[in-house]
Amino acid sequence: MKLFNIIILFIVFIYLNPVNATEDKLQNKITKNLRCLVCQGQSVYDSDSEFATSLKLTIQNKISQGQSEEQIYNYLMDKFGEWIVYEPRFNKNTYLLWFLPLLIFLLGGAIISKKLINKK
Amino acid sequence: MKKRITSLLTISILIFVFIIFYKSLNTINFYKPKSEIKDIPQFSALSFYSNEKIDSKKIFNKDKYYLLNIWASWCVPCRDEHLILTDLNKYDKLEIIGLNYKDKLENAKRFLDELGDPYKKILLDKDGTKAIEWGAFGVPESFLIYKKKVVKKFIGPLNANSLLEIEQIIK
Repeated sequence: MKLFNIIILFIVFIYLNPVNATEDKLQNKITKNLRCLVCQGQSVYDSDSEFATSLKLTIQNKISQGQSEEQIYNYLMDKFGEWIVYEPRFNKNTYLLWFLPLLIFLLGGAIISKKLINKK
Repeated sequence: MKKRITSLLTISILIFVFIIFYKSLNTINFYKPKSEIKDIPQFSALSFYSNEKIDSKKIFNKDKYYLLNIWASWCVPCRDEHLILTDLNKYDKLEIIGLNYKDKLENAKRFLDELGDPYKKILLDKDGTKAIEWGAFGVPESFLIYKKKVVKKFIGPLNANSLLEIEQIIK
């Protein structure tokens, strides 16, 4: 019985895994990472505003032209500024944002390991 | 003594948090994209009247100021703005180019019949992709252009202030 439960759990886990989801298309991936500028707080993927529908079309066109994800992001950031992407780019304004969590994690690890060593 | 410090600290933290929340409750947090586009985008679009394809290179090439105005008949602020466009139409140095955004042709024609047509040329943007080329995200938006560069971008309807501003620039 226990094995059966584990198998079911495993199947559910695989099913929920976004990598295997059918909607894993490049267009969806890109539009989910874009802010809708009309209804802010929604992604372009979720939004049905005029702006978002046009943007989806533009992205679709760009993908069929063979442009890469990075090229499309660059194109849009050029037009609307960096704010349009949810994931901040790595530059001199955002390096702290990217590295601070890692730094805090390492610092915490160092403190813990030091305490453990002292206990011994 | 320790108890008093703790309660004082708690209260001050609470007040601090309250002030921050209260203040941000009243700030409008709406982002408007800063226009990074200096060079005008290249595109081709169908003409409103003749239904032929016009290349953007053939439009903005005179030694004049151009005002590209993105509009639609269904857009209510465009109605108010139309008076200002009509006002601006009197300047010889300025040509107003319309970009008709996601509109029905008959509605757009009715709109112009009713309010007048200040546009030198009108281009069609049936699916909104041309507006994206311009970095626009809604209607109305206007771009003042000189020598193929965007001098000034207006998000939202033009008003008396923007009219003054445009007049000052083109003088």
